[in-house]
Amino acid sequence: MSEVKRHTLAAIVDNEAGVLSQVSRLFSRKGYNIESLAVGTTSDPAVSRITIEVLADDDHILLLANQLRKLFPIHSVKLVPASNSIRRELVLLKVKAPTSAVRSEIIQIANIFRANILDVSIGSLTLALIGEESKTIAIERILEEFEVLELVRTGVIALERGQDTIYDETKEKGEFNYGKNVL
Amino acid sequence: MRMTGAKILMECLLEQGVDTVFGYPGGTILNVYDEMYRYDGKIRHILTAHEQGAAHAADGYARSTGKVGVCFATSGPGATNLVTGIATAYMDSSPVVFISCNVSENLMGKDSFQEVDITGITMPITKCNYLVRDVAQLADIVREAFAIARSGRPGPVLIDILKNVTAEEAEFTSIPRSEHANNGRLAALIKRASHDFRAPEPNDRDINILADMIRASKKPLLICGGGVVRGRAQKEFTEFAEKIDSPVAITVMGAGGIVGRNPLVTGMIGMHGTQASNMACDGCDLLVAVGCRFSDRVALKPSSFAAQAKIVQIDIDRAEINKNVKTDHHIVGDAALVLSRLNERLEPQDHAEWKKYVFSFKTETEYDEGGNTLTPKQILTAIARLMPQDTIVSTDVGQHQMWAIQHFRFDYPGQLLTSGGFGTMGFGLGAAIGAKVANPEKTVIHITGDGSFRMNCNELATEQHYDIPVITFVFDNRTLGMVRQWQNLIYDKRFSQTTLDFAPDFVKLAEAYGLKGCRVSNVAELERAIAEAREYGHGYVIDCAIDTDEMVRPMVSGGAHITEFIVS
Repeated sequence: MSEVKRHTLAAIVDNEAGVLSQVSRLFSRKGYNIESLAVGTTSDPAVSRITIEVLADDDHILLLANQLRKLFPIHSVKLVPASNSIRRELVLLKVKAPTSAVRSEIIQIANIFRANILDVSIGSLTLALIGEESKTIAIERILEEFEVLELVRTGVIALERGQDTIYDETKEKGEFNYGKNVL
Repeated sequence: MRMTGAKILMECLLEQGVDTVFGYPGGTILNVYDEMYRYDGKIRHILTAHEQGAAHAADGYARSTGKVGVCFATSGPGATNLVTGIATAYMDSSPVVFISCNVSENLMGKDSFQEVDITGITMPITKCNYLVRDVAQLADIVREAFAIARSGRPGPVLIDILKNVTAEEAEFTSIPRSEHANNGRLAALIKRASHDFRAPEPNDRDINILADMIRASKKPLLICGGGVVRGRAQKEFTEFAEKIDSPVAITVMGAGGIVGRNPLVTGMIGMHGTQASNMACDGCDLLVAVGCRFSDRVALKPSSFAAQAKIVQIDIDRAEINKNVKTDHHIVGDAALVLSRLNERLEPQDHAEWKKYVFSFKTETEYDEGGNTLTPKQILTAIARLMPQDTIVSTDVGQHQMWAIQHFRFDYPGQLLTSGGFGTMGFGLGAAIGAKVANPEKTVIHITGDGSFRMNCNELATEQHYDIPVITFVFDNRTLGMVRQWQNLIYDKRFSQTTLDFAPDFVKLAEAYGLKGCRVSNVAELERAIAEAREYGHGYVIDCAIDTDEMVRPMVSGGAHITEFIVS
């Protein structure tokens, strides 16, 4: 069995009630915990794109992808390799900032990370940061010193580099030995 | 033409060629039953004693015919009573369309009387399910549901229809079934790159690789799995086996995939597999599994399963490839199609020496005879001798199931109806009823144990009411035999909660339902009883006394290497 690592799966699904729970139930009943999940509509309002991060080894991620593909509301599934993709998530952080000295220190840190200050109040600052996970975790660690009051992340979204898209994935055999599912 | 949802449903069933529905009415499905009243003569409804019985009956109908079974139930408890039946069909890839109704739109989500989220509950045990809230979509959904149930790897589909939808009207135009794939949702689904109706033509390169592997093999073994049965690929599989001249091991679900008397057949493989099958699996250099998912009852220990062999998997469901056992080569496709392509390409092989080795191991188990009870083998031998060769055999789950599958030689797909994957005790009687309704010209017997029979014996009422002559054989050991066997072998004879010496009198039970029965404890009595049951021509229960500690042999423990027999 190969090593367990973080994989990113992207799926195009029918934009209908119940589809997300079908997808998430599949992961739980196969024994996998979803590390991160992001869902949103696409340029076609009839379909949504789900991006899921999950810890699995290389063999099992293929099995999971094949299980996902069997679901009828799913149009296509693609494993988005970390090495050849653009990955971003948005983090909002509300940090305690009781004095102007602390505020300016936090603003300095925000500038270094190219985070935006979205809200300032007497006792706190709210920052927005877009980046890969390594970057968002780094700013989190530093700001822990100032007491993070609240933190929210959108979950990772990812696109493959180059002209390949999720839509042409199903046409090629290759990667998953993949043709059409028989109904 | 404008018509109500209930009428649209009936018309859709007629489009599908449905002649029989098993079910049970109730509050929310009243409109459907009211409409069915008018379809009397076109669609036959079998009212069971319990929704679970209806689910198993529809499943038995489907397994024995290869057609889609249909089952109706009302909302709430009606729907949840289907759940075991749906899961049973799902695990064994049986095509059944379950139709339940739910409360009306205005009551939805308010914990209304008999309301339950059945689409949520059945999500992991259906190929797909639908909640119909718009009458205009009903026909389209029913067409898609039937197509999905029967194509590819078959399986159950559930359609939950809100009560108001069954009363509301929509325009309906009948479309012949052959045209469904060109219309509506189904057409859209097939147009997508992800799904298709028909199995793909197998890839030439993949076929050639396998053909070369077969040519290179000195010690091949074939596994005949459930896919051969569901795919009705007996002819192609048999030709394949004979061409390769390979021993054939059969899984529980694969029984009937090749004629059981074929001299290449080594019998069942796995936990209760024959010595020949299990030894062949351990010694082969090429294992070709057709329509088999290497369940934990076959590949008991995946890491050492067929360790000396190259493993090849042929399956219509790509998600099964490499799931339980890592394979060296695979072909995704329909068994009949893939095998016929292979047969075209392969020249006859000869493996006389390897076969001689494999068949030097036993393919049958001997049982001690004598005493005041019958042995399983005596019962099954008598049945095989006195019943027609093409008798459909339905079983429940436990020792009697394994004995029946070990002993009977099944001739054709759909002859054995058994809950292999889910192991549902109480499956057999409903399934037998469904099979008899579908195959009135054939004899149908129900092999059960005293434990299993107690679970759903209420369906004797259905047998009596519709005069569905099923002969039930109870392997009566006054215990939950299979569990007791494990307690005997693994739990140091602590028989916790497995003794059933307070069982009802099954003969009186049969009589209470207006049927006949008798209790037998030796071969002469049994033969008389079988003759009387056949003569009687209605439902009949034969209660066969067997020894409490009789075991299913051979046996390999779960998780153990396939040749580590704990009893031989």
